[in-house]
Amino acid sequence: MNELFTNVDWADIWQATLDTFYMVGGSLVFTILLGLPLGVLLFLTGKRQLLEQAAFYNLLSFVVNVLRSVPFIILLIVMIPVTVLITGTSLGVAGAIPPLVVGATPFFARLVETALREVDRGIIEAAQSMGATTRQIVISALLPEALPGIIAGITVTAITLVSYAAMSGVIGGGGLGDLAIRYGYQRFQTDVMIVTVVLLLIIVQVLQMVGDKLVIHFSRR
Amino acid sequence: MIEFKNIHKSYQVAGKAIPALHDTNFTVEQGEVFGVIGHSGAGKSTLLRLINLLERPSGGQLLVDGEDITRLDSAGLRVLRRKIGMIFQHFNLLSSKTVADNVALPMKLAGIYSKAEIKARVAELLERVGLSDQARKYPAQLSGGQKQRVGIARALACRPKILLCDEATSALDPQTTQSVLQLLGDINQELGLTIVMITHEMDAIRRVCDRVAVLDSGRIVEMGPVAEVFLHPQHPTSRRFVFESENQDEQELHEDFRHVPGHILRLTFHGEATYTPLLGTVARETGVDYSILAGRIDRIKDVPYGQLTIALIGGNYEEALKRFNAADVHVEVVR
Repeated sequence: MNELFTNVDWADIWQATLDTFYMVGGSLVFTILLGLPLGVLLFLTGKRQLLEQAAFYNLLSFVVNVLRSVPFIILLIVMIPVTVLITGTSLGVAGAIPPLVVGATPFFARLVETALREVDRGIIEAAQSMGATTRQIVISALLPEALPGIIAGITVTAITLVSYAAMSGVIGGGGLGDLAIRYGYQRFQTDVMIVTVVLLLIIVQVLQMVGDKLVIHFSRR
Repeated sequence: MIEFKNIHKSYQVAGKAIPALHDTNFTVEQGEVFGVIGHSGAGKSTLLRLINLLERPSGGQLLVDGEDITRLDSAGLRVLRRKIGMIFQHFNLLSSKTVADNVALPMKLAGIYSKAEIKARVAELLERVGLSDQARKYPAQLSGGQKQRVGIARALACRPKILLCDEATSALDPQTTQSVLQLLGDINQELGLTIVMITHEMDAIRRVCDRVAVLDSGRIVEMGPVAEVFLHPQHPTSRRFVFESENQDEQELHEDFRHVPGHILRLTFHGEATYTPLLGTVARETGVDYSILAGRIDRIKDVPYGQLTIALIGGNYEEALKRFNAADVHVEVVR
C-alpha cells in the first residue's frame, strides 16, 4: 500500500481529516444558530405571512441574494480582514470558520424559509384559532412541522460546507483541501490528491446517509 | 351568544374592494346548532372566520357573549379564542405530534394548566371521542374519521363555549360523516355547546342543525328552523340545495310526470303526522285512486318527516283535496 502512495504521510492525512471535521462542524453550528432565525424571519415577513413586512423582506432578501451570489473563493479573500478581527488569524481551522459561516448562512436561511413555506397553512390557522401567539406558532407548530425539511437543509448545508472548507485551502485554511492544494496540486503528488478526494467523497456520502435517515425518522407521515 | 350586527367584509384585490360578505345580521342562540349552507365562494368560510377573528370585519359589530369582539386587544383576543374551538375540513393536525400531544396543544399554549391537569383532560377527551387506544399514534396512522375525532377532542380541550366547524365532514365518506355528525350532535346535547357549522351539504344540516342560514353571493337569502327551510324552501338557492340533497332536479321531476294522468300533488308531513294513515283513509272515503310518483321518509334531526308526490285519478278530487288540506299536512298542487 505504501508503495502505491509513496508521497502520502498518513499522520498528515489524519490531522487534515480532523481539521476538516472541525471546520465543517464548527461552521455548521454557527450557520444553524444564525441561519435558522434568519430563515424564520424571512418566512414570517414574507408575502401573506404572519408578520408581513414587504419593505423589510425585500431588503433582507436582497442582502441574502447578494451574499449568495458572491463566489465563495472571492468571499474567502474579501473576508480576510474581518476574520482577523474576529479570530485573530486568517489561517488554519479558526481562520476558515468565519468565511464559511458567512458563505453558508444565507444559503441555509433560504432552505429554512422554503421548509417553513411547505408547512400547510391550515396548521397556522389551527394554532391561531387556539389563541397562540406568533412566537408560539413558530416554536410549537411551524418548527416541529418543518423539522424534516430543516434537517434536509442542514444536510445539504453540511455537504456544501465540506466543499467550501476544501476550497479554503487556497488561503491556507487547513484540512483536506489544503493538503490537496499544497501537495496534490502544487507538488504534483497525484497520490495525495486521490487520497484526499476519496476521503472527501466518503465524508459527503456519510453525511448524506445520516441526514436521510434523520429526515425519515422525523417524518411522521 | 353570537350576534352579527351589520357585519360586512371585503377584500382588497389589486386596489379594489371585493365584497365577500354584505351587511349581515343574525343571532346564534346559546346551545343551538346553527348551520350555514352555501356554494363555494358564497362567503361562508369568511363568515365562520369572523367569529374568532381569523378574519377581521370591514365594518359592523360582532358580539360574542355580549362583548364586542372587534374591540379586543391581542391578549383579549387570545382569551376569546380559547373559548371558541374550531375544527377543519382537512383536520389541520400537527403531523409531528402524537394524537395525545395534538389534543394537549391548546392547553399547553394557554399556559394556565398544570401537567397533571393536561394529562387527565387529554385522557378524558380521547375516551369521549373513542380514541383512547390511539393516543400514542401519529395522525398519518389514522383514518379520516379518526383524524376528525382528534380534531374535535383538540377543539374541546380548553372547554370552549362555542365550536366552529369548517366543512368538518366534507372530506369524509358518507358513513364516517354520519358518525362524526352524531358525535357533534351528542356533544351539543351533553355540554350545551353552541355549534356553528358551515357546509355545502344539505344532508349535514338536516342531521344536526336546529336552524340554518342559506348564503348566496355574500348575502343570507333565507334563514329559519331546518324543517321549515328544508321542507318549504323559498329562495331558488335553497330549493337547489334541497333538491340536490335528494338527487332530484325540480325541472326534470315535472317532465317525468307529463304522461301521468290525473292531478299531481306534493304532500309534506312533519312530526307525528308522518305516521298517520292519511292517504288510505282519504282514498277510501272519496273514491280517488292514487299512485305514488316519488317520495321520501326520513328524519330532520330527530323529528320524522315525509314528502310524497302522488297522482290522483277518478273519485271526488275536490273533496280529497279538502281532506288533505284539513289534515296536518302541507299540500302543494303541482298540476
